[in-house]
Amino acid sequence: MAETTLSRPGSISAFLGARRGRRRLDWTDWLSYGYLFLGVLIMFGPVAWVVLSSLKSPTALTEFPPTMLPYATETVRVEGFDTPLELYTVTLPDGTTKQMAQIRRIGLQAQMVDPENPEERISVPLADRTPERAIAPAWNNYTDLFAPNSGRNMTLYAGNSLFITIVATVITLIINAMAAFALSKYRFKGRDGALMAILATLMIPSTVVLVPVFMIVASMGLVGNLWGVILPSVATPTGVFLLRQYMLTIPDELIEAARMDHASEWRIFWRIVLPLSAPALAVVAIFSVMSRWNDFLLPLVMLNRPDTFTLQLALNSFQGENVVQYHYLLAMTVLTALPVALMFVVLQRYIASGIASTGIK
Amino acid sequence: MTLSLNSLVGTIGSLLAKAVEPIFVALQRLLGIKRLPWVFLLPNLAAVVLFSLLPVFINVYYSISGSDRLYPTERPVIGLDNFEALARCQNFLDPSTCSQDLFWRALQNTVVFVPVQVVLMVLVSLLTAVVLNRDIRARGFFRGVFFFPVMLSPVVVALVWKWILQREGILNAAFNGMGLQSVEWLVRPDSAFSWAIAVTVWANMGFYTLILLAGLQAIPRDVYEAAKMDSASPWRQFTRITLPLLRPTMLVVVVLAVIRSVQTFDELYVLTGGGPGSATTLIIQYIYERGFAAQPRNFGLAAAASLVVGLVLLVLTILQMRLSRKSYNG
Repeated sequence: MAETTLSRPGSISAFLGARRGRRRLDWTDWLSYGYLFLGVLIMFGPVAWVVLSSLKSPTALTEFPPTMLPYATETVRVEGFDTPLELYTVTLPDGTTKQMAQIRRIGLQAQMVDPENPEERISVPLADRTPERAIAPAWNNYTDLFAPNSGRNMTLYAGNSLFITIVATVITLIINAMAAFALSKYRFKGRDGALMAILATLMIPSTVVLVPVFMIVASMGLVGNLWGVILPSVATPTGVFLLRQYMLTIPDELIEAARMDHASEWRIFWRIVLPLSAPALAVVAIFSVMSRWNDFLLPLVMLNRPDTFTLQLALNSFQGENVVQYHYLLAMTVLTALPVALMFVVLQRYIASGIASTGIK
Repeated sequence: MTLSLNSLVGTIGSLLAKAVEPIFVALQRLLGIKRLPWVFLLPNLAAVVLFSLLPVFINVYYSISGSDRLYPTERPVIGLDNFEALARCQNFLDPSTCSQDLFWRALQNTVVFVPVQVVLMVLVSLLTAVVLNRDIRARGFFRGVFFFPVMLSPVVVALVWKWILQREGILNAAFNGMGLQSVEWLVRPDSAFSWAIAVTVWANMGFYTLILLAGLQAIPRDVYEAAKMDSASPWRQFTRITLPLLRPTMLVVVVLAVIRSVQTFDELYVLTGGGPGSATTLIIQYIYERGFAAQPRNFGLAAAASLVVGLVLLVLTILQMRLSRKSYNG
């Protein structure tokens, strides 16, 4: 992928002028658009392919080479048969073609029946018949995931993921905002020390303290419990930092005026500072939701029972099974990606500016 | 719908606040306003101490203690034995002669993976950012196209590419269509490693593109106007204006990319499982395997290895903080 875009060293210089306000497209513009459309293909293509594949029936998925769209052989109900039969176009010995339903295959022959006339049965060589195919999205790949007793428990996994995402985000917002409020609106001894302690955790990646965090969660009896995933990363240093920077811009006069009116400090926080910090809270919330929904290593370590699995863990465990049911795996992959995809479409602007200004993810 | 949701959230919020408010009022009376900030700080500081600061010290203890027991009180101190076990090698260039051969293979893989992935990532991100910074139509759309994989979970990213790269996948279908043989992309060690790099670049480049784009947009336009007056070529403008002015942002991006590259785990764990063999096992996967997957669990070795990684990351993070402070202050 990357190689193809970089294999034209001679033309790189063409991209590089950052001139603006031109009216006519010159060849550097064409090259730029070429690169961008190649980008669309490489970035969107794989995901689009998975979405298309997720709508194919198990038999269509085993086809190689695969068809682009989800085709399926048409079926027809014939009198005297309990199940629908597959429809084929048959080339008869006299050279004419006819639509017939297949009853069964016997060796290299297929026994066919005329749907109009169920008494008329003939035997034809396999090569003389081609399936009648039509685009037929297999929506049941999706609906089956939610069927009770299907052994796939999509509802359970989605519920676990949702619970962790929502509860963790709410707690993160509240405790980060409380800390940011204390660190931005009060002068007290030890304030700088507290801020340093919180920001110092930026230097402690969760991958590095995995063993002790597991031990602490275990000693709280929370291994195999969704709270064991929620608690270890509720306090985010970047969240405190972002909120504090924002709260510093809220004028102190507002708070002084509220104190004159005998508002308690909690009321000042909850009723004045918190609502005014809404834009910063939104950014922190978006990043919290994203990282919680997509989290993998922490749940992998903490959640050891299948009934506590998040969507990510369930996907990982399904793809590792001996016989992978790809039609379900693909549908589940799409469903797992859907919430963040929707969030991205709606909130792209916030996300982009959040990353560009803080460098966090 | 949204209205009722809003009012629902509002109701819950005010109920919660009503429940908490009397406690805070009482605390305010009891402690006085001077000590109240500590009450606001308490939940956050408790989480920070319990799940970040304290674990650093416990981790050190794990690394110098042995046995397969989880709780530190049950673990005897064995000094530097864990580090010694990690480092015990007859020939450091040949992992199979080491007592912890997987550690050395993971280390070796990481030492190759990180620089190649970071260089590729920064080059592709820079190229994309430069193109996006040009006077193009539908910039928002194209920016979104390059960025959206960042939002996908590592598991989804890995499954998407696994589906593309499988033996009867669309890539092999395209290969056959061009008259080429099918390739078992994730079964051959060298191609699995290359795809590990390609897939992680695909998934993360949008993040760095966005930061670089912000850096490019901060460069004043009139600098380019002046260069155009002097009829400087586009290449010259790029090397003499864009690159030097983008340097602070580039440094931040490089260090950030290295820090995250060292910690690569999720995508590869699902894509290749670290295989074939141990061809794509990186250092974090070693920690996970030793501490959590393999039986008996060896927390001591896992902690010793994470201490090594932690020190490397610490140096890099301090570097990054220095650099970003500089770039923000101009």
